[in-house]
Amino acid sequence: MPDHAMPDTAPDTPPAARWRSLRRHGLINFLVCCGIAVWLSVLAGGHWLANLVYSQAIGMLCWLVIDAGRLLVAHELARRHPDTAEYAQGWPGWRWMGAIIVLGVPLAYLAGSLLGGLLVKEVSSLPGQPGGETSHPGGLGFMLILSFTVAALMVGFMYARNALLSVRAEAETVRRLATETQLKLLQSQLEPHMLFNTLANLRVLIGLDPPRAQAMLDHLIAFLRATLTASRHGGLQPLQAEFARIEDYLALMGIRMGARLHSTLVLPATLREHPVPPLLLQPLVENAIQHGLEPKIDGGRIEVCAAAEADRLVLTVRDTGVGLADATRPDTASAGSIDSFGLTQIRARLAALHGAQARLTLQTADDAEGGTLARIELPLVPTMPTTIAAQPHHP
Amino acid sequence: MNPRPTALIAEDEPLLAAGLQAELQRLWPELHISALAGNGQQALDLALAQQPDICFLDIRMPGMSGLDAARALAEDWPDASLASFPLLVFVTAYDQYALQAFEHQAADYLLKPVEPHRLAACVQRLRRRLALRQVQADTTPVATSATVSAAGIDQLSALLDSLSGASPATRHPRLEMLQAQVGNTVHLVPVDEVIYFEAADKYVRAITAEREHLLRLSLRELLPQLDEQRFWQIHRGTVVQVRHVSSAVRDESGKLRLNLRGRPERLLVSRLNAHLFKGM
Repeated sequence: MPDHAMPDTAPDTPPAARWRSLRRHGLINFLVCCGIAVWLSVLAGGHWLANLVYSQAIGMLCWLVIDAGRLLVAHELARRHPDTAEYAQGWPGWRWMGAIIVLGVPLAYLAGSLLGGLLVKEVSSLPGQPGGETSHPGGLGFMLILSFTVAALMVGFMYARNALLSVRAEAETVRRLATETQLKLLQSQLEPHMLFNTLANLRVLIGLDPPRAQAMLDHLIAFLRATLTASRHGGLQPLQAEFARIEDYLALMGIRMGARLHSTLVLPATLREHPVPPLLLQPLVENAIQHGLEPKIDGGRIEVCAAAEADRLVLTVRDTGVGLADATRPDTASAGSIDSFGLTQIRARLAALHGAQARLTLQTADDAEGGTLARIELPLVPTMPTTIAAQPHHP
Repeated sequence: MNPRPTALIAEDEPLLAAGLQAELQRLWPELHISALAGNGQQALDLALAQQPDICFLDIRMPGMSGLDAARALAEDWPDASLASFPLLVFVTAYDQYALQAFEHQAADYLLKPVEPHRLAACVQRLRRRLALRQVQADTTPVATSATVSAAGIDQLSALLDSLSGASPATRHPRLEMLQAQVGNTVHLVPVDEVIYFEAADKYVRAITAEREHLLRLSLRELLPQLDEQRFWQIHRGTVVQVRHVSSAVRDESGKLRLNLRGRPERLLVSRLNAHLFKGM
């Protein structure tokens, strides 16, 4: 059984938070019972203290039975259906809760009346409690209905409150994740090896060939600007902007790798303005270089193509590097986590924009040259209004 | 007068190799750069052939990393000239885990981009080390000079050990059953029955008492999945299950060999791993 199916990864409230919520429930319950005692004393008569004792005994038992029932059923359901987050959070659903209330309230009412009677008898200084009849002011039926109503209202109130809290917590998590993702994306883009090696090359080139060094610096500037801009704005950008930044990146890598790298970019004029999310192809190109061509002694070719096939936009990144099997070697595992992060990112953004209509596949290239072929397919006519990001793109 | 010191530069990015060469020639005119290697394997071959005094090794190179090249160099370096094992200078753009280890164990390390004053300090240090080595070779008898200067190898061994400890531990599930495919049949072999593993090109041979199996993965991929308490790497191409070792014997040429329970062959322990076998 894979690890991720184990319940320890299910969203779980820490014990401290559980106790806090239990205390709060108890306090609310106590206050409500006090309110009922006052109301009964005014409406149906009887001694206020006796009313309070009965009210607390019945109310607390109701709470105990309902909450215990809720937790037991939810626990059992969570064991049987580990994927349902609601069960793991201790909510068995309204149908089960209804059953628990219908069965639990009469039980708790009876037990509470007995307990209340005992307590009232115990405190014999209380004036005038001759029998059981005053323990049901307004009659048994009325008191049962009252108990049902209060129990249902309380459960409803607590459910609504928990739902609100969990929605808030979820929103918080989503916000935090978004920030983390943005940071990781930036980190994977400005990978220190790439950056310092590029600067080292630039440093040498300044001495050897100043005009070429200047050109290299321009590519680096454009690459950095596009990367920083893209990781801050989530909007769409024209495909040619993505190609321009890939061109910058490949120009930098071309200087670094020399004759070991040959690159080709194909972008038909009709597709230049097609809107795509930024950083859509870039991680694939970096994968191809870092894990395909850089580890290969003789280097090789990389081809980045955009094509329209019927109503689909097909973007491919092909390299003739070491291929997928070798690229997943454990010694590249640390970099590998960034890669799978890059791929996950692309998949997530494609899914968010186009649902099942877009996909990313990664496969071994099936011709003699070998290497890896990454392919993105998405609808040619965008399903969303084209909000082309208002940002200056490359010349 | 000793001949000009020689150096090899291993760097896969041509501009960086040329840049380092030019800077070194400016700072240390007597130094003869005997070769530029574009990858780890080439660096290993050239270093063994030319036996330079100094090797500048880039860490990230295609095929074989600078560290792997250094390890292989130490294992394959001829015993006769152990005293002149090259001084190693590692060059890297960014290796957060490695830097601390270099600080203590390598002759020196350089961060890219290499700054001139840092390279000058490195040159000073290398000159001192070479001069010291010269004095030792002149004053100590030939027989002991080898053990004195094998210190370079000990340092490298310590460096590689500290690096394997320093890199982030990625948890791998322990392998208990090997699956070796031959044609349409997959043989299941309990890992406990394997006496030793041997690297064979891109694959690994698993040798049990009865037969051998070919596994379609590299030794490097296999290693993290083995229990390092039970399986010891004794050479860059050999991992032995230690309970199948009956004795370690140093032969007349000074090489350490293992006798096995259940197999007639004797396994060579590289000098980097000889420290694994010592009396209690």
